[in-house]
Formats: sequence, C-alpha cells, structure tokens
Amino acid sequence: MKTLEELMAIRDKTKQRMTVREDTGDDAVRIVVGMATCGIAAGARPVLNAFVEEIAKRNLKGVTVTQTGCIGMCQYEPIVEVIQPGKEKVTYVKMTADKVARVVNDHIVNGNPVAEYTVGAIEK
Amino acid sequence: MYRSHVLVCGGTGCTSSNSAAIIEALEAQIAEKGLSDEIKVIRTGCFGLCALGPIMIVYPEGCFYSQVKVEDVPEIVEEHLLKGRIVTRLLYDETVHPDEIKSLKETDFYAKQHRVALRNCGVIDPENIDEYIAYDGYQALAKCLKELTPEQVVQIVKDSGLRGRGGGGFPTGLKWSFTAANQADQKYVVCNADEGDPGAFMDRSVLEGDPHCIVEAMTICGYATGATEGYVYVRAEYPIAVKRLQIAIDQAREYGLLGKNIFDSGFDFDLHIRLGAGAFVCGEETALMTSIEGNRGEPRPRPPYPAVKGLFKKPTTENNVETFANIPQIILNGAEWFASMGTEKSKGTKVFALGGKIKNTGLVEIPMGTTLREIIEEIGGGIPNGKKFKAAQTGGPSGGCIPASLMDTPIDYDNLTAIGCMMGSGGLIVMDEDNCMVDIAKFFLDFTVDESCGKCTPCRVGTKRLREMLEKITDGKATLEDLDKLEELCYYIKENSLCGLGQTAPNPVLATLKFFRDEYVAHIVDKTCPAGVCKKLVSYSIDAEKCKGCTACARKCPVGAISGAVKEIHSIDKEKCIKCGVCMDTCRFGAVVKK
Repeated sequence: MKTLEELMAIRDKTKQRMTVREDTGDDAVRIVVGMATCGIAAGARPVLNAFVEEIAKRNLKGVTVTQTGCIGMCQYEPIVEVIQPGKEKVTYVKMTADKVARVVNDHIVNGNPVAEYTVGAIEK
Repeated sequence: MYRSHVLVCGGTGCTSSNSAAIIEALEAQIAEKGLSDEIKVIRTGCFGLCALGPIMIVYPEGCFYSQVKVEDVPEIVEEHLLKGRIVTRLLYDETVHPDEIKSLKETDFYAKQHRVALRNCGVIDPENIDEYIAYDGYQALAKCLKELTPEQVVQIVKDSGLRGRGGGGFPTGLKWSFTAANQADQKYVVCNADEGDPGAFMDRSVLEGDPHCIVEAMTICGYATGATEGYVYVRAEYPIAVKRLQIAIDQAREYGLLGKNIFDSGFDFDLHIRLGAGAFVCGEETALMTSIEGNRGEPRPRPPYPAVKGLFKKPTTENNVETFANIPQIILNGAEWFASMGTEKSKGTKVFALGGKIKNTGLVEIPMGTTLREIIEEIGGGIPNGKKFKAAQTGGPSGGCIPASLMDTPIDYDNLTAIGCMMGSGGLIVMDEDNCMVDIAKFFLDFTVDESCGKCTPCRVGTKRLREMLEKITDGKATLEDLDKLEELCYYIKENSLCGLGQTAPNPVLATLKFFRDEYVAHIVDKTCPAGVCKKLVSYSIDAEKCKGCTACARKCPVGAISGAVKEIHSIDKEKCIKCGVCMDTCRFGAVVKK
C-alpha cells in the first residue's frame, strides 16, 4: 500500500460490509421480515436475504433488515413490514425474492409503496 | 453480505468465563442450521462490562446478551438467529424496559463514558486489519507521512495536552520532543505493556481489542522522533494480547504499513515484541529497557534519561499502551478536539479498571474531571449488598486511597496528587466497610516486598521491615511508638530508593495513615480490628439470646471448638477457635457474633 486512495478503498469496502453493526438511531428505515415457523415454511429466508443483498448492492444508509416472530396472518406469509419514521407502516404479503428489488427501488428509495403487494390489495 | 453479525467478547475476562467454547458452539449451531452464509460470528476485544461476561451482541438488532452459557447457544441460534425472536431472559437487565429495549449506549454503565482509547474495543474484529481501517485506522499515519513534518506531529501532541497514562503523567509531546532533539544513528520507540498493578487491565484490553492502534501510534511516534525501530514489551501472562499484537504486526507488514518506505514517503519503521517474565519492576522504564536488552530487569539511575541514552544506549521514547492509543485520534481530530475534554491540566479521558466491592466490575473510560462518586455510584452501579463505601484505592501498590469524604473530587492528575493519592495506571479498587485499611496496606506491601528487585537497600530491606511493622500492628502487638517509626521509615524509603518502585512503595501505608489513622490506633490501643478482618484481633462468640441450640455450627466447625447439646445454648472455646468464620456463615439465627 502506497497511497491514501488505496487505504480509503479498503476502508469504504469494509465499512459497507460492516453497516449491519451500525447504530442507526431513531430515524432509520426498518424492514422487518416475519420469520416464525409459518414464515420460514412459506419461504421467508430467501426474501430476507434478498433484502440484505439489495440494500448492500445499492449501498443504502440507515436501512436495517431485521426479523420478527409470527404476525398472526400465517396464510399471507412471507410477510414483510416496512417502517419509516413518521409514516404509516406498510405490510407486504406473500413476498418472494423476485419482488424484493421492486420494493426497495419504489418504496425505500423513491417513497412509493408498491400497492399491489400489500395486505390491502390482497384482501380486496 | 451477512445479514447479521454476532459479536462475542474474546477479551481475557470473558475468555476465562468460557467465551471460546461459546464461539465454537455458536459456529457449529449456525452451520447446522445452514446459516453460515447469512450470519457472521466475530470475536472482539473487551466490552468493559466484565462483571456480566461472557458478553454477546447480535446485530442489526443490537441485542446485548450477558452471562451467556454454552447451554444457551442452541436457544439463541434457534430463536433469535433463525426465527428472529429475541431471547429476553438473557438480555442485560439494564437494557430491558417495560415497553422497549434500550440500546447499550443508553445504559448507566455506558452513557457516562467517553471512549477514545477504547473506541474500537468490542466493536471491531481485532484480528482483521480491514475492520480497523474501516474505522479510520492508519489514516492518521497516512496524514503524518503525507502532510506533516515530524516537528508538526510533535507540536500537535504537545498542544493536545496528552500526559503519560502509565501513572507518571509526564507530558507526552514534551517527551517526544526530547528524543527528537537528540541526533543519533539509531533511535527507538518502546511501548510499555508491562501492566503489573494488581487489578489493572486497561492496557491488556487495548492490546486485545485494538492492537492495530498501537502499531499505528508507535509508527507515528517513530516518524515524529526519528526512530526506525520499535519494541513492545508485554508480559507473557497476556497470551491473547501477545497473539493479537503479533497478528496485527504481520498484517501491517503485509499491507506495507510497517517496513520500508511506508506510504511511499521514504520512512522505514518496524516493530518487535519482547515478552516480559512478569516482574513488576520491569514496568519501570529503565528496568524495562534493561530487560529488552537481554539483561536482568533492574533499574538504572537517571539521568541520563532514555531520551538521551535509552534502549541499547540510543535515544528512546517510551510510552504506555493507553498513551499510544490516544495518538491516532489526536492526529485525526486535532489537538483542540482532545484538549476540549478533561480539566485544565489533565486533558482527554482516562481508562479505569473497576474492581473490588462494586457491582459493575470492568473497564470504564471517562473524561478527566469526572468525580469518584459518578464513577462508583452511576457507572459502577454502586456497592453490592447495601454496604457502605469506605475508600477507593487508585494507582495499585504505588498509589493511595480516596476516602468517602473526598468522593466529589474531580479526578485528574493534579487533584489526586494534591490529596496525597495518585492516578497511577488506572486500577481502581473499591472498598467497603468490611475492608480493614491496615490489612489493605499490608496486602500491597506483601506485593512490593515480593517484587522489589533487590538492587538498592532502602527498597529491598526497607519494604520488608515496613511489612513486619504492619504485621505487628495487625497482630495487636504494636505500640504507638511503632506507628511513628513506621511513618519515619516510609519517608526514608521514598527518599532513598533508586527507582519508582521503591519511591512509591510506602504510598499505600502513608495514604491509609493519613485518612484512616483511627483504624491503626484501634489496632494498637484497643487491640481490635474495626472491620473484623485481622484474625488475631477478632473473636467469635455466641449470643445466648439468639441461639436455638440447633447444633448446625457445632457440626460445621472444623476444629470442634463449639460445644453444646441439642436445644441448649452453644459456646465457643476461644483456645481452640481458628477464626475461620464457618459458624457465622452457618448460623441461620444470627447468633454468632464477631468482635
């Protein structure tokens, strides 16, 4: 290593890998994936991992992906909740890994919840 | 990309409470559940809250699990890591509140702390240079080599007001400037990691939790003072610290951050580790250098000071681990930033190892000027079992004690010296009403008698005589004249010893005499030990009104000193009694009395 640029490159690369350990505070966006037995059986694990990958790929700051237990609507699993401070919680149901990219792009990045994936759309 | 990081403390405290087996079990369980690609286990350095070890933090939730056992691991993996259900029963109770889980930073133990030297401990993987770099590691070195002249680096350290954290409190920048001013074909940097005070483990924790910051700081010191070689003198009793430091040195060499032409600046620097065999005197700077040279660890007279004639008779800068740990942050954030913390003459923060009669045993880092009361009552969580605070011992065998009446003294170098105490390296042992101050002084004298290297007479013979006098007092055989002689000998040893060990050895006696003379007098005149510690001066008896004649004590007494039949009042034969206290612990009615 001979330059500051090389050092900073290692810093940025490792930092991104370590974002999961940052204390994001109260203004963070939280993506909560239901990971009880029902959720796991319905395929929540690939969904969870797809969120982690997508957020890392886009290098989004202040977004955490966590798990939670059974929300109670087991027939709609995998269920994902997106909680943004000061906004209504949005609940996505019957999620798949394929749907993840669109949720991240439309909702997390651009602020437009994907209505057709939400619990409201499916209950109609 | 891992979705979750599990940090397990791998400091010495948690390792000795079995964290290595926990990590092993964790990794096995994670592999078994097929989560190896999703969850990463990281072994970190000390979190500071050693009383609650082994400690585990799970991110992104930031759950702080304490006192984890190997048997708890399957539950953590199954419930938390697989299903996302936090194992509430293992959470640190300070973080659990009725309606929410507080973050660790908000708990009493951490909220008042300000971590500079310990900033990466418990945060990064100490065996991974990339993680150190991610937290701005080696940027300070790059800044020095690319933008600053050696003189400017020395000036920044001077302006910061940093003082030696090993105990002496000598201004670090000034020390560096002395070495820099001396011309020589070879100069050295030495890091003193021979932490020997009973109860102190700040330096060990820095080396275990953040070894790269020492590598970086020593390299910066080398650049500033014109040295091209450095030695870390660390005790062999710190195997984890030694191992991680060696890994750090190897990784730094691999990245070209040690070796020839660092950052293409033309500056060369390399580091070596030397293991100490655990002699307390080798923490004294001249004895330490003598030991590195391969000789018997004995001090030599100063002057000449190490800045003129140090290691291998070349100009040498020697600093303590914690002092070095502050350097990269000072360079990165500026002297003003550092000087904004602390008091007028003591800048920055200080790490203390809390031990003794206190709830949160562990490591705390606080800004200079914090009062002892804040450390003990707020951060430390107070004295357990509802006992009363009596005194805090600082500075180990070279230090003194702070009595309850001076608890509101803001802690810094000068305030402690003013009350006849010293900062020392940062061991802080809390004592309650059950501690006998004469016994404490004797304990530290025991230590110095063992550790005196024997080179000079005042220390070798003086400390031994001092110890005998204390024994006479705790045996109840001393007279008030002995007390005067004791004090006289203390001053004689202080004035005539060759090195710091002897010059400070009488401090525990003088400090306890100053604040707790009444306890000494009680031993001598009344032949009693107020705290009930000194065996020769206590006696056990049975309170006839409370004794139910249950025979429990008589059955437990190892020497058969208790007599009495069932439902009859028992009595203790004082001739046979060995004062072990078993009867007192056994009695359910509080009938055994110690006087």
